[in-house]
Amino acid sequence: MNLNELTAHELLDLIKEKKTSTAEVSQAVVKKIQATDGRIHAFVRTPAIPVSANSGAYSIPIAIKDNLCIAGEEVTCCSQILKGFRPPYDATVINKLKASGVVPLGTTNMDEFAFGSSTENSCYGPTRNPWNLDCVPGGSSGGSAAAVAAHEAIWALGSDTGGSIRQPAAFCGVVGVKPTYGRVSRYGLIAFASSLDQIGPITKDVTDAALLLKIIAGYDEMDSTSANVAVPDYLQALKNDVQGLKIGIPKEFFVDGMDAEVKESMSAVIAVLEKKGAKFIEMSLPHTEYSVATYYIVATAEASSNLARYDGVQYGIRRHPSQARRTPMIDMFEETRDQGFGREAKRRIMLGTYCLSSGYYDAYYLRGQKVRTLIKQDFDQAFKEIDAIIAPTSPTTAFRLGEKTNDPLSMYLSDIYTISANLSGIPAISLPCGFSKTGMPIGLQVMTKPFAEETMFRVAYTYEQNTEWHKRKVNL
Amino acid sequence: MSTTVEKQFETVIGLEVHLQFHTKTKIFCGCANDFGRDPNSHTCPVCLGLPGTLPVLNKVALQYAVKVGLALNCKINPYIKFDRKNYYYPDLPKGYQISQYDLPIAQHGFLMIPTESGPKKIGIFRAHMEEDAGKLIHDGQTQSSLVDYNRTGTPLLEIVSDPDLRSPQEAYDYLQTLKLILQYLDVSDCDMEKGSLRCDANVSLRRCGEKEFGTKAEVKNMNSFRAVKAALEYEELRQSKMILSGERVVQETRLWSEEKGMTFSMRSKEEAHDYRYFPEPDLVPFTLTEKNIDDVRRTLPELPQEKFQRLQSQYEISAYDTQIIIQDPALAAFLEECVAVGGVAVKKVCNWIIGPLQQETNTRKVKFDQLKLAPKNLMDLISKVEGGVVSNLVGKDILKMILDSGKTAEQIIQENGLAQVSDDGTLDKVIDEIISQSDSVVQQIKEGKESALGFLVGQVMKKTQGKANPKKAGELIRRRLSP
Amino acid sequence: MISKKDVQYIAHLARISLSENEQETLAKDLEGIVKYVGKLQELDTKAVEPTTHVLPINNVFREDVVRPSLTQEEALANAPAKEAGSFKVPQVIE
Repeated sequence: MNLNELTAHELLDLIKEKKTSTAEVSQAVVKKIQATDGRIHAFVRTPAIPVSANSGAYSIPIAIKDNLCIAGEEVTCCSQILKGFRPPYDATVINKLKASGVVPLGTTNMDEFAFGSSTENSCYGPTRNPWNLDCVPGGSSGGSAAAVAAHEAIWALGSDTGGSIRQPAAFCGVVGVKPTYGRVSRYGLIAFASSLDQIGPITKDVTDAALLLKIIAGYDEMDSTSANVAVPDYLQALKNDVQGLKIGIPKEFFVDGMDAEVKESMSAVIAVLEKKGAKFIEMSLPHTEYSVATYYIVATAEASSNLARYDGVQYGIRRHPSQARRTPMIDMFEETRDQGFGREAKRRIMLGTYCLSSGYYDAYYLRGQKVRTLIKQDFDQAFKEIDAIIAPTSPTTAFRLGEKTNDPLSMYLSDIYTISANLSGIPAISLPCGFSKTGMPIGLQVMTKPFAEETMFRVAYTYEQNTEWHKRKVNL
Repeated sequence: MSTTVEKQFETVIGLEVHLQFHTKTKIFCGCANDFGRDPNSHTCPVCLGLPGTLPVLNKVALQYAVKVGLALNCKINPYIKFDRKNYYYPDLPKGYQISQYDLPIAQHGFLMIPTESGPKKIGIFRAHMEEDAGKLIHDGQTQSSLVDYNRTGTPLLEIVSDPDLRSPQEAYDYLQTLKLILQYLDVSDCDMEKGSLRCDANVSLRRCGEKEFGTKAEVKNMNSFRAVKAALEYEELRQSKMILSGERVVQETRLWSEEKGMTFSMRSKEEAHDYRYFPEPDLVPFTLTEKNIDDVRRTLPELPQEKFQRLQSQYEISAYDTQIIIQDPALAAFLEECVAVGGVAVKKVCNWIIGPLQQETNTRKVKFDQLKLAPKNLMDLISKVEGGVVSNLVGKDILKMILDSGKTAEQIIQENGLAQVSDDGTLDKVIDEIISQSDSVVQQIKEGKESALGFLVGQVMKKTQGKANPKKAGELIRRRLSP
Repeated sequence: MISKKDVQYIAHLARISLSENEQETLAKDLEGIVKYVGKLQELDTKAVEPTTHVLPINNVFREDVVRPSLTQEEALANAPAKEAGSFKVPQVIE
């Protein structure tokens, strides 16, 4: 078996037994990228030479989404506007990776500023789904998910604002975790929507996800919104048993729009977990139907402000119009932003600006924040009775490239199952739970109450250990 | 104020003061709060607003804000948050300013200003915290502007008064009163020229007796209190002329030009503002318990008004002297330390502090506390002057020497032989000599012309190079010439 | 109803110049999205507190202790245009 096809924990065992080394693993990964990434395009920046061996407990190379800052390395969020920007500082997660010996190896593609669910909105062009090159890998962390699925990375980091880790993980048949809001420091993650963004692992199995989360989680004095809550050893939570756990199935999720195959796979999931001792309860999250609308108000409003800094003054590109329109300064701002942002970025900045603008704030932004409270209360209420909630990660399997690019609303609606976790701040994991007849992966999502990642991992691990889906490999 | 304005209109003024706190670091990052250096040498990823960075509030900045709020008799909000004020300007690195919108740190306070008809209460509408922007330098030659972000992130407190001020003079007095309070609190340098205290004014006129406010103009770009007054006087006149000639005053921002002594409309900024305020998601809310607030209250120093009243009643010094003494808390503290040393009447100490000592701080261009004068040292000096050991004049010279060398008055008198000559033997000799040379003057004295005595004393002083005790010399001359 | 004029106003607030074509497309897109998010008007939210932060975290401070700054060179490293230790921008007319 090729080294690059193994999981991080398998490789760490081999390294411990001196059967391989970090350098060999890195070489295998780079070789694979060179061999197949021309077809996948998971990476926007690939390392020219394998990095030297790193010391540390977990010295396994990792792919990094193009919105995490590494000192001195170009980072662009796959936007024209940030081309050439090299931050003078490391994101906190990068510091933590480096301290553990995890070596950043390559930068992955994404929807521009994480605006999208297909990785088609990248200034570098789309990433393709390794299971079917005509399909999207999901998004916005499509590059990271595709890289892991294609064995071009052992593991990867992504970011999740409305499903941007979980949905591509589901589309690419890998594991993705959105931790509790505040569990991982956002310092150095280029913001999309500050109150929703979280960094999380994209891995080949649940064990690697637990391991990687353990490495990156924790309070950070650079992030006021990070939680000062001790990080448990998530590996200890990986028990092949869900005896006594009460798992909820939200009836609002199982409605029109869900693929029959996705629905069937959920029934199979329930059967597996029931056998391992879980008790399933049908429950209600009454405000689910408002989550997408709430999300698109809150997220775009925050984004419109977060993206105001891209104005051509300090970094990135700068453009001037050929003809003067207003003042030279305003002209420069407007032209830079016109040329620097792609279509979806403009759309979201415009929507967010609109929701915050004078006369519309109360009707849109404020109302959005209030409905967010209702959605969060639904979950608070539910978790009084149950330990976890399961649902599909996405109502469909990966769609075709170009299928939804001209219909923003239908693209937004594909996030319907993932958005609630961001709005309410709870942790959620996506893991493979089947394949469609056309061979596309289906994702199972497990959600728990805030900071109950251990229960989340336990349910996911139990399911994984009693199925074979995670062992199915892409043939490229 | 022109007579027409006086007769027909009432001036309504509200002031917005931006105060820079002199905390060690900036409001949201660990950069030194010290921006008068090479451009862009005091910045970090956070205050530059680089992608991915996040703010964390400086604890001391919040304490300072509470301090000011309490000193201005405000209600401190028990729950505060920060908001983003969104607008584009090249000196604003994030495209928004972190400020406070609907839950400011302090609200509904007041301060008392002196007026001809006694103290007047001026309402403080609110005070909120925010971050300062960078600096733009305009380079007319190259058709470009240069941006320096050193100042970005300096903690600011915006103090907004109610529209309670009724004249440019009241505005001026408000600023003086406010500045003194802020100096007592020791939260800012309060230096308008350096921009650590900035003031914008809203001014409108209304016909006397009318309840509705008139249309206001916002006046900016004044860099001294005097300029604020001058700009407001100009606006009074401009607006009254407009109203009298039937024109409409437009709501606008106007810039004061110091050279021209006029305000000018700032047309380029007339664009409608839509700041799209919303709660800052990168900062968590802050709660202030009664205990938190009391803890800060306990750190409040005695404020100018209280100090004025106490000093005056405790030491029975004049209102005039007290007013001068309280202008500098260090001066007032020094006075009290001197009084504690004792041995000299408080009035005399006051005179020395307000007189020679103030003069020295002025000529040396230092702050009072930089003189490093020990109260005991000054008191010894005053005792010597009062006891006739040295003359008043020599005493002032000794003060200079004390300040230069740090030596005691006693040491300086000894080393320089400055003690007054008071013993009869030595003085008698000098007086003999002078009397023998001043027949005509002696004659005048004998005839009862008292002023002539002074001339002879002067001669004695001259002869002894100022060391003679003039009182003693006078007595001796009189005794010699008396029949 | 979102008009082209609304789009122009918002675009200027957001400092994005848009071509005529883009204005039309965006007016249509926004119209659809705004109509969809208008769904929230169905709910009675009078008694509901807005959520800005999902976690009940308060009072996170930094001590007033100086940390190293970037050098001028580092601060300007990404500048599209610089001069005399400063970021150079088109003339700001006041």
